Amino acid sequence: MSVLVNEYTRVVVQGLTGREGTFHAEQMIEYGTKVVAGVTPGKGGTLHIQVPVFNTVADAVRETGADVSLIFVPPPYAADAVLESLDAAMPLIICITEGIPTLDMVRVAAVLKGSKSRLIGPNCPGIISPGKCKIGIMPGRIHKQGNVGVVSRSGTLTYEAVDQLTKLGIGQSTCIGIGGDPIIGTTFLDAIRMFNEDPDTHAIVMIGEIGGNAEEQAAAYIKANVKKPVVGLIAGQTAPPGRRMGHAGAIISGGAGTAAEKYAAMSAAGIHTVQSPADIGSTLAAAIKK
Amino acid sequence: MKIHEYQAKEIFRRFGVPTPRGEMVTTPAHAREVAERLGTRIVVVKAQIHAGGRGKAGGVKLAKSPAEAAELARAILGMTLVTPQTGPGGRVVKRLLIEEGLDIKRELYLSILVDRAVAAPVIMASTAGGMEIEEVAHKSPDLILRETIFPATGLQPYHARKLAFGLGLSGDAAAAAGPFLQALYRTFLETDASLTEINPLIVTGDGKLVALDAKMTFDDNALYRHKELAELRDLNEEDPLEVEASNYKLNYIKLDGSIGCMVNGAGLAMGTMDIIKLSGGSPANFLDVGGGANAEQVKNAFKILISDKSVKGVFINIFGGILRCDVLASGVVAAAKELNLKLPVVIRMEGTNVEKGQEILRDSGCNFTIAQGMKDGAEKIVKLAGGAR
Repeated sequence: MSVLVNEYTRVVVQGLTGREGTFHAEQMIEYGTKVVAGVTPGKGGTLHIQVPVFNTVADAVRETGADVSLIFVPPPYAADAVLESLDAAMPLIICITEGIPTLDMVRVAAVLKGSKSRLIGPNCPGIISPGKCKIGIMPGRIHKQGNVGVVSRSGTLTYEAVDQLTKLGIGQSTCIGIGGDPIIGTTFLDAIRMFNEDPDTHAIVMIGEIGGNAEEQAAAYIKANVKKPVVGLIAGQTAPPGRRMGHAGAIISGGAGTAAEKYAAMSAAGIHTVQSPADIGSTLAAAIKK
Repeated sequence: MKIHEYQAKEIFRRFGVPTPRGEMVTTPAHAREVAERLGTRIVVVKAQIHAGGRGKAGGVKLAKSPAEAAELARAILGMTLVTPQTGPGGRVVKRLLIEEGLDIKRELYLSILVDRAVAAPVIMASTAGGMEIEEVAHKSPDLILRETIFPATGLQPYHARKLAFGLGLSGDAAAAAGPFLQALYRTFLETDASLTEINPLIVTGDGKLVALDAKMTFDDNALYRHKELAELRDLNEEDPLEVEASNYKLNYIKLDGSIGCMVNGAGLAMGTMDIIKLSGGSPANFLDVGGGANAEQVKNAFKILISDKSVKGVFINIFGGILRCDVLASGVVAAAKELNLKLPVVIRMEGTNVEKGQEILRDSGCNFTIAQGMKDGAEKIVKLAGGAR
């Protein structure tokens, strides 16, 4: 089992014919993901890397039964691409695009709230259920099928954690990159709730960052509801306040969103906290032995 | 992106948000001229730097005559202002705002920003004007009024009424609150601001609402559709290395330590800073070379890192995944040779063709140390760069 995606998931790639879209769709197909359609306005009716291309998401859904859309559209047009998938009632939308204006995401979030769809991202690596399907830009080969759920705001730091787990022989049920932006579709809380309810996820790794209070909200939920072992890290312990550390969401503002506050909330929730990103794998290994 | 107070006020006026009359000057003579033109009994001389706390640091003064305005301008221009927000180095004042003095009856606080938890703009207001809002939030959170504005309806008259009565406004000032808030909300939306803050917002003796101060920060991701705002950037207010890095499209922030970091991805870059600290060292910077980490970007990143004289060693931590390590290694070697790099460099890389990449580094004849994992890398560079300092 896994959460959100599995071997039956059918993916449409918005922006398939672009450089990024093409490269990552090929990688996904090689991994075994069912990429059933692409969307590029004006190129409908053609084939690209042997995948049928449609003019609209609605066409792609009707013709191929795609149930997940993956977005590689450049920032100025990305909000429109998410809204188009929402309009097509796509159950799961994954937006990789980095650099979408915040006020565009305010409008998207308002529509998302009134829909039945789930959005992951933007500014994220995507989602992978090892051995079943990979939807996004993460390197498939570092993953291993297993029972640990990983949720993270960062891309490469997630790879770091997954790599440590795999090298220790610990596999993953699903890894979700929720994205580094201030406004995102799926939060830590959402992801951890799904992992908690998934019988095949036995332990959870959460990798947070400075900024916002999503980690604190998740910690409160964990304290009240989660019996599975959880390992938590916050990146940016040494970051100065008031500066945006690469990710638009990674900023300590007005003394809020610090690593110290987040660690305090996680410790209070019984989460196994780690200070060093090099200790994620070993801490989880110790936690599941207990 | 941050802008100066005088620039924010120009934007305010364009959208109909009342501000004091005033002009930006760069010389004492011009300060006198503006003070004469304003013709008020008192004029205010305000240092223009991208940091708060200017008043306490001596950057805001009242002048009772145009001659005094010129005198104060002479004293403040060129002064290094050190405030809690500038860091210990402070900022040199190069521009002043000369403004009319106003009859202040009350000082309030007003701001608009995006509340990430509800994914919508929120208007915050408080009767504790002139105080740091963070301090108010900490000491007396009850004093802060909050109205979330959802995009489907936008700012409604009831939002303005709740805020106006909540702030204890009455008469003309209460009536002015609606149009004032509408104008400010439009300013926020139409400039893609991430923060619009007025502290203090004043009520004058004759019941007018005026933005005595103005602070605006814009969403960097939206600047592509606001060319006129992008031009307001003042490079004098930014670290020269950060400016250069931004020209290369590198995400770089200068810090105080001695170990230069070159990392791909923002989260791993923060994690690398953290692990250097945990290993007893101190990071000289945050640097995200981006997902691609190609040869050109590696060279540019090296240039930035070695321009920082406090850097005693460089830690390259790349988790490529899909990236090919042999290509990365060749890029690192070429850049190090071209720039005649002497500093110790520790390299940790993961991705395809790791062994081939490590071989290229070993055979390069450069001062490279190869690390196995990020902990090993952090410990090695801290040792090579001479410990904590």
